[in-house]
Amino acid sequence: MLDLLAGFVTELRNAGLPVSLTENLDAMEAVQHIPIEDREAFKYALGATMVKNNAHWRAFETVFEVYFSMRGPEYKIADGDTDIDEMWREMQEQMRQGDGKGTQGGSMDSLTPEEIAQMLMAALMNGDQAMMRALAKQAVQRFAGMEPGRPVGGTYYLYRTLRNLDLEGMLEKLMEASREQVGGELTPLEERLEHDEYNDRIEQFKKEIEAEIRRRLVADRGAEAMAKTLRKPLPEDVEFMHASRDEMQNLKKALQPLTRKLAARLARKRRHGRKGPLDFRNTVRHSLSYGGVPAEPKFKYPRPAKPELMVVADISGSVAAFARFTLMLVYAMQGQFSKVRSFVFIDGIDEVTDYFKGEEDIANAIHRVNTEADVVWVDGHSDYGHAFEVFWERYGKDVGPKTTVLLLGDARNNYHASQAWVVKEIRQKARHVYWLNPEPRSYWNTGDSIVGDYGTHTDGVYECRNLRQLEAFVEKLA
Amino acid sequence: MAHRFESVQEVRDGLKDVNYLADDGIAGVAFLADRLGKPVLVEGPAGTGKTQLAKSIADMTGARLIRLQCYEGLDESKALYEWNYKKQLLRIQADKNSDSWSEVHDDIFSDEFLLTRPLLEAITAPDPVVLLIDEVDRVEVETEALLLEILSEYQVSIPELGTIVAKQIPLVFLTSNNTRELSEALKRRCLYLHVDYPDMDREKEIVLTRVPGVSENLADQIARIVRSIRQLDLKKSPSVSETIDWARTLVLLGIEHIDAQQAKDTLHILLKYQTDIAKAAKELSVDK
Repeated sequence: MLDLLAGFVTELRNAGLPVSLTENLDAMEAVQHIPIEDREAFKYALGATMVKNNAHWRAFETVFEVYFSMRGPEYKIADGDTDIDEMWREMQEQMRQGDGKGTQGGSMDSLTPEEIAQMLMAALMNGDQAMMRALAKQAVQRFAGMEPGRPVGGTYYLYRTLRNLDLEGMLEKLMEASREQVGGELTPLEERLEHDEYNDRIEQFKKEIEAEIRRRLVADRGAEAMAKTLRKPLPEDVEFMHASRDEMQNLKKALQPLTRKLAARLARKRRHGRKGPLDFRNTVRHSLSYGGVPAEPKFKYPRPAKPELMVVADISGSVAAFARFTLMLVYAMQGQFSKVRSFVFIDGIDEVTDYFKGEEDIANAIHRVNTEADVVWVDGHSDYGHAFEVFWERYGKDVGPKTTVLLLGDARNNYHASQAWVVKEIRQKARHVYWLNPEPRSYWNTGDSIVGDYGTHTDGVYECRNLRQLEAFVEKLA
Repeated sequence: MAHRFESVQEVRDGLKDVNYLADDGIAGVAFLADRLGKPVLVEGPAGTGKTQLAKSIADMTGARLIRLQCYEGLDESKALYEWNYKKQLLRIQADKNSDSWSEVHDDIFSDEFLLTRPLLEAITAPDPVVLLIDEVDRVEVETEALLLEILSEYQVSIPELGTIVAKQIPLVFLTSNNTRELSEALKRRCLYLHVDYPDMDREKEIVLTRVPGVSENLADQIARIVRSIRQLDLKKSPSVSETIDWARTLVLLGIEHIDAQQAKDTLHILLKYQTDIAKAAKELSVDK
């Protein structure tokens, strides 16, 4: 047990979760009070003592599944298929009673795929958990074609299984069936509710399949090797440029609380920690009410000005996600800046400040930026030089001593002229010019990246590959 | 020390008796908090029953609830203890004739002149108490340090009196709305519990227990509609308390079967932003 927990903690740390020694000790103590057979309670006991940030919960859950997946009776791997065999027979009994006509009985191995689909549909229809779990096992056994020792990731097996089950079509069929059940049309509201309900159940089923595949892989390869392949970066460490769709979704979710926290922190910073010299005049004025005794000293508090922000972002394919996140972040906390203007470019440049005005939903505005902004000049390949030149021509006069200019992009200029003089000019007029680059530092100035050319004229070039770095930068900025 | 709970299941059943429906996580952590004698840090979106959890636990164990509401500018004289200056002054004046200074000095810094504030009160209480430190994320990082001693050692050090150690270890709940990252030191001392929106079945149960006069059928519809709404990309998803409000409204209006129009008309109880209402109304009725 101790060994198992030690390995588990090591893996958590490898996955990037900060588990301190005291937390580890707490966990050891906690599990003495909770029987390991009660898997859910056991999981929560470990979680409560070791995971102190909700964003890390998913990473924790994955590792937990890997290390403890084979404990507990109902999770035992299908060895001789004894218990499952029974369940299958039982289910078939029910089926037979249910719709009158008998499937040909016996072991489930003789079932045709159609029959499996039928059973699955029935299970989804009734939301029968046990049946769904059994079906997931059967589906994996049958369709995934897993072979021990084969060096293939779990996603491959998942794909193979799902392809054979056709869950998309299943949803349609389920909707049909429920329509028939009521006899006639459903109202739009009912339709939507049914749809959500089935969607939810299908998602659950997918999770069962995933878990089943994982269990088999763990049995095959051992927990440590498996945990390694499943190790995923935490949301704040996901790179903008290589985020998958799922990770994007998680990033978006992580962004909202982050902006709230950041805004609260900045507002607090602005209010507190002011130390100023004695304000002599004010002190004397207030001393009058004490008969000339300066009983209440007054101080001159510095009032830091809120910066004016101009964001100039490259939104061409490769860096679009990064630009989107930065714009979202900046606009979500625009209260911290006196004014925010934003421009986007690919090879032409366009101002998009208006899209954000009077729009409460930032995601909506970003969508408009992506679809409506006029950013293509010739061919729709990034041309920083031209974009900067036009920016200087049209908006250069608006850059003032209060302005902070943020340039976002990877500076991959497709070998066009750099026009780095524009950045130099901007810097002379503006308070600060910063460049944020979503590429890893080691890629800078390789190939057609000319971030160095621009960088020399800015106050700093920052690597912004993930939320953590972006957050750190924004905090420094305001 | 005797434990308050025998098993996780007992916690669960007990909470259910006082109309609080806990899931595995909540009951498990509450059980552990008692066993390990550690405070619980409860985080989660607003209106998911974080504060209610502490109240219900107090209710269930028959303990007194002591509540410390945190806010910016909270300091030790409001959270821990304060000397009763006026009383001390009176004492000195009343004793003017006696010239033994040391006597007076020893006298005015004694229990009699100590005003206990929630934290000190919680650990000096002779009867069982549940201490609730509400919205701990509202205090500054520096003020958090005030809580550390009491959370890890269950004691308070008063320079003039020495260290006061708890007579019995109270159950401590800290709630946070996650407006800022709490310090590592604080987190390390606590068990962490994240309370999220409940799943559909639990929400239905909650509606059934908290709203008198609601039928099973209506509760089911309510839970399903709320779940659909939560899946939308909204500024503020409806919380459990808003679901309960909505259920109450529907019961008052005598609605037994919710159709699209009625849902639309009462959406403003669930959602508090105009854009959210518009979006949800569109999704629920026009859109298929």
